[in-house]
Amino acid sequence: MNLKSIIPVLVFVCCITGLSVRAQDFLAGGKVTGNFQLDAQVYKADSAIGAGEVEEKMLMNAFANLLYSNGNFNAGMRFETYLNPMLGFDPRYEGSGVPYWFGSWKNDQFEITVGNFYEQFGSGMVLRSYEERNLGYDNALKGARVKFSPVAGVTLKGLIGTQRFFWDQGPGIVRGLDGDFALNDLFDKAGKCKTRVTVGGSFVSKYQALEEIIVNDTSLLKLPANVAAWSARFNLSRGGFNLDGEFASKMNDPSNMNKFIYKNGHSLLLQASYSQKGFGIIASAKRTDNMSFKSNRNERGSVLDINYLPALTRQHTYSLAAMYPYATQPNGEMAFQGQVNYKIKKGSRLGGKYGTDIALNFSRITSIENELPEGTTTIVSGTDGYTSSFLKFGDELYFQDFNLEVQHKFGSKFKLLVSYLNLNYNIAVIEGHPEDSVPVKAHILIADMTYKFDQKNALKIELQHLGTKQDEGDWLHFLAEYTVAPKWFFTVSDQYNYGNPDKDRRYHYPTVAAGYTAGSSRVSLSYGKQREGILCVGGVCRPVPASNGFAVTITSSF
Amino acid sequence: MLLSFILLIAAAQAQEPEKSLSKLPSVTVKSLDGKVINTAELTNNGKPMIISFWALWCKPCINELTTIADVYDEWVEETGVKLIAVSIDDSRSSSKVGPTVNGKGWEYEVLLDANGDFKRAMNVNMIPHTFLINGKGEIVWQHTSFSEGSELQLIDMVRKLNAGESLEQH
Repeated sequence: MNLKSIIPVLVFVCCITGLSVRAQDFLAGGKVTGNFQLDAQVYKADSAIGAGEVEEKMLMNAFANLLYSNGNFNAGMRFETYLNPMLGFDPRYEGSGVPYWFGSWKNDQFEITVGNFYEQFGSGMVLRSYEERNLGYDNALKGARVKFSPVAGVTLKGLIGTQRFFWDQGPGIVRGLDGDFALNDLFDKAGKCKTRVTVGGSFVSKYQALEEIIVNDTSLLKLPANVAAWSARFNLSRGGFNLDGEFASKMNDPSNMNKFIYKNGHSLLLQASYSQKGFGIIASAKRTDNMSFKSNRNERGSVLDINYLPALTRQHTYSLAAMYPYATQPNGEMAFQGQVNYKIKKGSRLGGKYGTDIALNFSRITSIENELPEGTTTIVSGTDGYTSSFLKFGDELYFQDFNLEVQHKFGSKFKLLVSYLNLNYNIAVIEGHPEDSVPVKAHILIADMTYKFDQKNALKIELQHLGTKQDEGDWLHFLAEYTVAPKWFFTVSDQYNYGNPDKDRRYHYPTVAAGYTAGSSRVSLSYGKQREGILCVGGVCRPVPASNGFAVTITSSF
Repeated sequence: MLLSFILLIAAAQAQEPEKSLSKLPSVTVKSLDGKVINTAELTNNGKPMIISFWALWCKPCINELTTIADVYDEWVEETGVKLIAVSIDDSRSSSKVGPTVNGKGWEYEVLLDANGDFKRAMNVNMIPHTFLINGKGEIVWQHTSFSEGSELQLIDMVRKLNAGESLEQH
């Protein structure tokens, strides 16, 4: 463990010890909770599927959180160890240490946090610090944050910090202010008005020391030390109606992500929904233009992000449906999404005894319209780059997904889910394949059946088929899972790339797995092959390399 | 170092004559209509509460909540229990939570924990993760993962809690 990471923890422990000497009562009423997770895999080389030799033979990631709370005081820390980081995780995580610790206290109006913390302003378009341990994503801020709520309905936040960069901190300092105002709590204390209105706004500024770089061999660029971003948002709801929106803008921020252009960035998100029992509908639209915002202007990839640009697509969970997931293009995209959920009533002819759930979802994402200045054929660093009309869609389709899901329970023993997806996936843009790569057009069909033998034993069978003429061609997926509630599960599955255009690459990816759960502790073991792919959890994705071997996951909360 | 922390806490805990339970932590989440809610103030008027962490992208979570939805009326009538479904969907899909929940006809109280603050404070690693809270707002039992039939164990725990029986796991 490096020295840097020890210091905060020593301070933390000393503080607590110091407090305990002075105030035994303070500690006496305290509570400690925590959790733990360990993932390890023994790797076997398999040149056929592209699983390389792992020199260590075995790799492991683990972490443990400890939280201490006592009345209005909270403290916590997380130990992390990567020996060495598992395949698919950034190798810069190698090592062990305590990268996360905090202390916070609050009263009715104030909450003060020092150390590492996570925060989100509005929908995150100008600021979100977030973690997803299963993906190795963590851009926690380290510094101080104050929340102040002077009256009911008003929340003000101020923060300053640097962002986590593996075992270090990024070079940029992030400063942020946010205000959230629930107008009903302020002006309609009696609650007479049926319409609820909330408005909010944020200001975020990043400081990174002035830098001069030479581009195009001749021009010297001065990269601004301070970059500002702001956003305004609203939320309006009445009965089943809901309307919300946020507009974000960012000043000149030449960076490695946008080819060092000085153009201002912006993003607009608008969503409208209506729902009542048994029926829900939502439509969303989003425009993003040059909105990558990092606390190190030279970085690429998913590190040191100050903001979050949510993708307006449905996140699929079945493995073949999740084979071609979309990732937001921060440099520019126009996105639209609509979804309808409907439940055919219980007792009706189509609904049967339990009703039938239907979900229909459509999303389409294209480039933004993009005009280069006269006399240029490509974006020139050091200039404003390009102009783009706000409302026009670009010509290039990035992603389109139409999907339908129907779920029905036939009596108390058997239930069935059927789903169809039609995908159009621009593999050149989304995965950075060569520019002339043909977009993938895929049809996916899924059937998921569960049969309950009795109150504890159930068998689930999943059949999935992905048909495409592009990329790796057609896939079949079969899964059988036997569960003994609430403790045991056993799974056998296989993925078969039977339609690979290269006949020598028509591989099987069989896996067997079993798991045991006791309360909030769980152990699962698996053995088999994993195809190369993209794993997404929540709104974040990471590539997973092909692997072959024995894996174990242990998780526990207390 | 970790050890010293643990020892210290153990020492502190040892000073207490009786084992006491953790209360719900105090962080803010949002209701579907945008109200800010302090999680320490979640209540079911002295009756038990189930808090279930889920997300739209989590298949077993949807299975769990769909399964319980079929028997929820009976559970409420029999035990007075209330289920609070805490969605950890981030801003990518949090606005779809309301229409989906309504579209499925679920009658749970739904909260949005878009940046995982409540999830972290409750030490949730993987979802679904379900907690049982007693009438005093204390966490008395928790379970992770879902398989068909797990809901029976959950309602059994609620019954035991109401009857004042021990919830120790076997």
